[in-house]
Amino acid sequence: MPVLNIKKFSFTYPGVEHPSLKNINLPIKRHAITALIGPSGCGKSTLLRSMNRIHDLYPGNKYEGKIEFTDQDKSVSDILEIKKENEFIELRQKIGMIFQKPTPFPMSIFENVAYGLKIAGVKNKTELADRVEVALKGSALWKEVHDRLDKSAMGLSGGQQQRLCIARAVAVKPEILLFDEPTSALDPISTGAIEELIVELKKDVSIAIVTHNMQQASRISDFTAFMYLGDLIEFDKTENIFLNPKEKKTEDYITGRFG
Amino acid sequence: MEKIFQKLALSSASLVFVLLVGIFITLYSAAKPAIDEFGFDFITNPDWNKEVPIEISSSTAVTPSTNMSDKASSEVKDASIEDEDDMMLDDEDDDMMLDDEDDDVTTKTIYGGLVPIVGTLLTTLIALVFALPIAMGIAVFLAEIAPKNISNVVGIAIELLAAIPSIIFGMWGLYYFAPIIADMFGGYQVSLLTAGLVLGVMILPFMAAITRDSMNTTPAVLKESAYALGATKFEVIKDIIFPYSKVGIIGSIILALGRALGETMAVAFLIGSIFVLPQKITDPTISIPVAMANNFGEASGLGESALFYLALILFIISFAVISIAKFYFLKKAK
Amino acid sequence: MRLIINKIFLGLSIFSALIGLAFLAWILTTLFIKGLSSFHFGLFLNDLIDGGLRNLIVGQMILAGLASIIGIPLGMAAGIYIQEYGRGKYADVIRDLSDIMMSAPSIVIGAFVYAVVVVPTGGTSGFAGAIALAIMMIPVVINTTDNMLSLVPRELREAGIALGASKYKVIIDIVIKAAKVGIMTGILLAFARIIGETAPLLFTSETSNYFSLDLTESFPSLTVSIYDLANEPEESSRDLAWAASFILTVLVLIINLSGRFITRNKK
Repeated sequence: MPVLNIKKFSFTYPGVEHPSLKNINLPIKRHAITALIGPSGCGKSTLLRSMNRIHDLYPGNKYEGKIEFTDQDKSVSDILEIKKENEFIELRQKIGMIFQKPTPFPMSIFENVAYGLKIAGVKNKTELADRVEVALKGSALWKEVHDRLDKSAMGLSGGQQQRLCIARAVAVKPEILLFDEPTSALDPISTGAIEELIVELKKDVSIAIVTHNMQQASRISDFTAFMYLGDLIEFDKTENIFLNPKEKKTEDYITGRFG
Repeated sequence: MEKIFQKLALSSASLVFVLLVGIFITLYSAAKPAIDEFGFDFITNPDWNKEVPIEISSSTAVTPSTNMSDKASSEVKDASIEDEDDMMLDDEDDDMMLDDEDDDVTTKTIYGGLVPIVGTLLTTLIALVFALPIAMGIAVFLAEIAPKNISNVVGIAIELLAAIPSIIFGMWGLYYFAPIIADMFGGYQVSLLTAGLVLGVMILPFMAAITRDSMNTTPAVLKESAYALGATKFEVIKDIIFPYSKVGIIGSIILALGRALGETMAVAFLIGSIFVLPQKITDPTISIPVAMANNFGEASGLGESALFYLALILFIISFAVISIAKFYFLKKAK
Repeated sequence: MRLIINKIFLGLSIFSALIGLAFLAWILTTLFIKGLSSFHFGLFLNDLIDGGLRNLIVGQMILAGLASIIGIPLGMAAGIYIQEYGRGKYADVIRDLSDIMMSAPSIVIGAFVYAVVVVPTGGTSGFAGAIALAIMMIPVVINTTDNMLSLVPRELREAGIALGASKYKVIIDIVIKAAKVGIMTGILLAFARIIGETAPLLFTSETSNYFSLDLTESFPSLTVSIYDLANEPEESSRDLAWAASFILTVLVLIINLSGRFITRNKK
């Protein structure tokens, strides 16, 4: 049973006639990393942003089809049915997101990681401190920042900021993490650290990652979906996609003939 | 040709420098007689245009003005307070009419700036207290709550309102707003309170518009990451947008404050224009710009110099306020 | 609980926005009702001495127009200097000072012009009024010119220079043309701002009840006369003040909107 099951999903931006995503069928498997690849404008980010309905911050989008979410208690719900504010909040606490650019909030390192917990209602100081520590250790940042937790998060390097954002997302114990090109703004060393971290996180959460970087997809993902102009062209185990693609378009893309 | 063009551009740019320095020097030299005469006590002295006997310390005797209203009984100045004239004026402050230097050798006229200085600061304070929460509400509404098309329309409306000449706010305030406020809070229709509130209404659109601009500098992705954690709109505004755009917002508020300090016309209709320290918030008084607007034409000699002294003080205060807003906060915000 | 706080907060914000808009709607409706009820076309045909506004409207336009003739070239030249020629500290200082001057109290500028123009020339005059307005206008024009020129891509300048054009030719023929729309909008907004000014005119141009084109004498000003009229005890004077305010506001809003319209169309 996949944790997210996207069925016949179409998505249209407001004021646009043609859908940006057409009839997508894609499972996001539990405790695995699913990579979404494809040239710019293929709709991979649009698809990712549908999974936690972050699109809905801006009105007028049109959804069709289903995105079924099976949570830990095996209860199934269609996240496209969500209408109420409290349901949105619940959904986003279960499905975390990491963005292209690091997004440290204008507060201290500690406050950043504790933020999601605090708004989720965790008040107990020791519990907060414990969970922040766990999250920071989990994102391999604890050693670097444990002595300056009260300093502004803006002072961290880009790679550290991105790991902080991961810690912040992990701290609320989500079931899924969505990564939207998380390393495209980082240097190779920081990128390596983040990739290791993502693989490490697989044991606790299910992961979907959008990436421009095909080597990255082949290095870390278990499954890969190739998208082109709003269509899902091919979805398979990562090694099959890269070694033995079935579709001509997929082959052209991964061999660098376009994109 | 190139040289000439460049020289022209350079001299035009230098004109700004010359003008600002020129304003300062001109105000200072025109204020010089008053500065020499009264020194810094001017700032703390509440008496404006008061006759005191020479060589006797001012508190002992008060000689009533001998030089009664001539051309100085300005219709402009008195018109707005006409109805309340007799109740308002306490005995010894009666000689608020501006007169020329007295010829009588045994007395001299002294001028103190405390009343207009206090009036300026208090009206600005009232305006700020009134306008700040509303302007923040409007800014939040425009930046975060309203759908884009509504936000655009309302935003343009607000900006247009910021362009309406201030004299219109003053007229509206005097004839429509002040009577209601006076009914609600008692006191006079022309008072610190009504002047401050109308000033507040006037700076409201300006403050809301520039605060919105500051809030809009918050990157969308930062807001998205907070929403992605399950934050509510209120939490995103409180924890992300305000902290992020804090310096810009404070800078905007101070800029609005600078505008309020120097505003003449919106206040002139409503403050009452009398040199009396207000005891209550509903009392009439005067501010620096209004003192200048209503008394400049009739003043001469030391009286005119004292008005320039006030102008210099206003110029320095607003220069300082604007510099703080521009260079500390708004530069940092960029 | 979080959701309730959220709702309350959003409600408060919308409520305060409504309060703010209500105030502004109140002012505008007052202005339109009072203004329109006292408005008639005879106001454009008679001078103030005969109960009309002709001389005042013409006078205000001349003051603002003359101020523009003085202020726009100076402001643009200064803006060009800051953006195109100025290197280093001096241009930055001028930019900062201009920003400060933009927010200087207008009454203080009136007092300055009084001291340097009115007193030496022996009396209030149209020239003095126009100079005061020009001083108000210059920093606004500098600011727009500076901002708009900064939006012109550097490659455009380099391309011009590479063709062998001299720098001033490039600035006049290419850079200014590229930034034309933005600069024009800024100038229109600046004009809308100074035409509604009262304080700097109070003791520089004063006002006059008669039609006048003589800039060496006290000069008719719509705004200054509004202030005088509004403070008259007679109802009829106040009505005239409302009509004048109405005309002034419509004028300001039209100029302002056309400025926005130009930019929008261009986009």
